[in-house]
Amino acid sequence: MRRRRTSFPLVAGAVLTGALVLVALLSLAWTPYAPEAVRVVARLRPPGPDHWLGTDHFGRDVLSMLMVGARLSLGIGAASVALGLLGGVPLGLLGAARPGWWDEAAGRMADLLFAFPAVLVAILLTALNGPGAGNAVAAIALFNVAVLARVTQGAAKGVMRRDFVRASQALGRGPWGVAWVHVLPAIAGVLAVQATVLFAAAILSEAGLSYLGLGVQPPVPSWGRMLEDAQTFLTRAPLLAVFPGAAIALSVLGLSLLGDGLRDRFDPRHESEPIL
Amino acid sequence: MIHYLGRRLLGFAVSAWVAALAVFVVLDVVPGDPALLILGTEAQPDTLAALRAQMGLDRPAAERFVRWSGGLLRGDFGTSHTYNRPVASLVAERLAVTLPLALLALALAVAVGVPLGVWAAARRGGIADGMVRGFGRLGVAVPNFWIAMLLIWVFSVALGWLPAGGFPGWQAGTGPALAALILPAVALAVPEAAILVRLTRAAVLDTLREDYVRTATAKGVGRRVVLRRHVLPNALIPITTLVGLQFGFLVAGVVVVENVCTLPGLGRLLTQAIGQRDVTVVQGVVLLLAVLVMAVSALVDALHAVLDPRPRRAA
Repeated sequence: MRRRRTSFPLVAGAVLTGALVLVALLSLAWTPYAPEAVRVVARLRPPGPDHWLGTDHFGRDVLSMLMVGARLSLGIGAASVALGLLGGVPLGLLGAARPGWWDEAAGRMADLLFAFPAVLVAILLTALNGPGAGNAVAAIALFNVAVLARVTQGAAKGVMRRDFVRASQALGRGPWGVAWVHVLPAIAGVLAVQATVLFAAAILSEAGLSYLGLGVQPPVPSWGRMLEDAQTFLTRAPLLAVFPGAAIALSVLGLSLLGDGLRDRFDPRHESEPIL
Repeated sequence: MIHYLGRRLLGFAVSAWVAALAVFVVLDVVPGDPALLILGTEAQPDTLAALRAQMGLDRPAAERFVRWSGGLLRGDFGTSHTYNRPVASLVAERLAVTLPLALLALALAVAVGVPLGVWAAARRGGIADGMVRGFGRLGVAVPNFWIAMLLIWVFSVALGWLPAGGFPGWQAGTGPALAALILPAVALAVPEAAILVRLTRAAVLDTLREDYVRTATAKGVGRRVVLRRHVLPNALIPITTLVGLQFGFLVAGVVVVENVCTLPGLGRLLTQAIGQRDVTVVQGVVLLLAVLVMAVSALVDALHAVLDPRPRRAA
């Protein structure tokens, strides 16, 4: 087999995403300052040798908050994608294995879920339970279930028509056995691509939700919340609004590049959906 | 054709009804008491019982749903307890901000994204193509509410050209009203345009490979005419699908960006209603926005049937 050329999106995406993961891991062991340490005497400092990215209106160190925020973004992204896979993949497989009314019902359900963007679901949940990170995860996960169910169903249908699956069925393997042994490995690449793209979208959604105060609550630092705080001081300390936004954009860019790179390699027929 | 559209319309009606049921179930049946939410946990039991009776909460859930959804059909969304006004009139007032904002953003995104995508595809591999592709990649990664903040910083705080937020109302004249809408619309349009650029470029490149394009080129039709007459109409089919699919994201963006720019639209009404524990408003506006997304997707399907005969025959 010809050796495939390493693509630019794959490398750039892997580097950016790797850096994000490293920063999040590092924040577990070390941050320049404690991220919630309030020092009013040092409030709204510009970037300098003491505070590389400056301090916010409470005198908290921006770099430390960004580092801990990376952990939160990755955590909420990972949780919502994992829940999406757990819910969406079985639904999609069921839809592919049982054509007919279930197929139709699953399609309709996915359409319905698409009509409720994560913000709307999070607002509904917050109106009920009060704000919290759980609402954000649940709201984004619901959208991910819809996307992954649809993509799984589409990709699995193609595999189930193939001869080796027919042969296995003829030899007496049940529907779940076929799904587990033959279908899932065959569509794993497409699912990996979709999961990566959804991860990127989840980071964007989470940022929007915590900007609105619908995500994780203070004092836990989150990038969206930092932007919300920064807006009040746009005149005096505009850089406060620059760093968290850049962190979000670089993270999403890294994951979406990684998704593109993986798509070229594992999803040649473009069965995954371009959410971003 | 009529048959296909009729089926689609029926499907939309069913989906809208199920959406109403879903919103109702989430807010009314799942543990949590709207009356308790309104009055707070320290409310007296008899006041609570009185409010529950007034809101009809002492009735069975099925009866409440029939009554609520029946009201929706007549345009009755209930009464907001914070504004002491019918939700329908609140919504109508706020739509005058949200709808122009969304349409302006969509128009900007299409006006920039589609031509840029065609232009890049026609110069595949060149520097222009590379730059447009770079915009396509970066544009989707940048949060729209951050763009809004940066635009406010540059154009309102630093340059003082445009208002930093708020809305003077249409009665103040079209000029001031549009001036208040332009920054948020641009912020919403950037990611949309970036997605459109990527898809348009891919769709045009796909269409350029078709036999009829080669035939047209072979019989001597000029490049511009081939692009305009043969390529673009066919590439428009996936583009309209995408605009429909992306409409949900646009609505989500509107909710956030209205809050950045303190625009008194539906999104701000919704987020403020949470703080005020106004469940009636939340219920009505969430459902309205979801149905709007579904309506756009049904409309795009119908448009498809007009543009492209194939799905009609398959159905």
